[in-house]
Amino acid sequence: MSRWVELLITLGIPILLILLGRFVGGSLERRHYKSIEQRETRFRGQPALSTKQSNTLASIRRAELAIGSVVVSVDYFKRFLSGFRMIFGGEIRSYSSLLDRARREAVLRMKESQPDADAYINTRLETSTISSTSGDEGVGTVEVLAYGTAVVFENVERTRLR
Amino acid sequence: MILTNIDSVPDRRILKHFGLVQGSTIRAKHFGRDFAAGLKNIVGGELKGYTELLQESRAEATSRMVVQARELGANAVINVRFTTSSVAQGASEILAYGTAVLVE
Repeated sequence: MSRWVELLITLGIPILLILLGRFVGGSLERRHYKSIEQRETRFRGQPALSTKQSNTLASIRRAELAIGSVVVSVDYFKRFLSGFRMIFGGEIRSYSSLLDRARREAVLRMKESQPDADAYINTRLETSTISSTSGDEGVGTVEVLAYGTAVVFENVERTRLR
Repeated sequence: MILTNIDSVPDRRILKHFGLVQGSTIRAKHFGRDFAAGLKNIVGGELKGYTELLQESRAEATSRMVVQARELGANAVINVRFTTSSVAQGASEILAYGTAVLVE
């Protein structure tokens, strides 16, 4: 009898966590993507450029640093799946979607920190992993930082990039 | 203090270069935040506690860099860069550096 209870606990808890990750984590991800897409359309006229000059001839009236960052982690289900992937090799799709989300979120936060800018030039993206104090529990936790120079052009109406 | 990460401050001439200025801070996570993050790890997504922690440390590093620039007599820092590196488990260093200049 006690053996059954033991088995139930050792197998049941990971399975519960995997299911929780699959359904709760999955729905959170879909909700996050929806919000990212909404906010991206709002900032469509204010592009983030990785070049040091904007491609218009307008002169810049004001320049200021804009920073946005986000720390994200994968859910239990995806971590479980990636374990299999590690055996066979190949792309770990669940991790790519996580980093895609994180980068887009970081860029959006950078834009939201200076919402009146016409463009964000010299945008840089930096990714760093965060280790946990308790061993390898922090696997799959990354920070994405986006920063750039928010610029405001002279004669905004004429030169705003659309 | 004007901060940019391009080679100049647009529309203003650089009068004087003061060279590199930097500011850094090393932060450790505290237990409560780590525990909450451990729970959040089950469903994935953003770990807000860590986001805030790193934002605070980045602001701290930036303000240290600005203090250094001000001591030199600069009124702007151009070509600002940020880097993050983990020095020990559970602790990371945030560094901000740039070139201090005097502009019009």
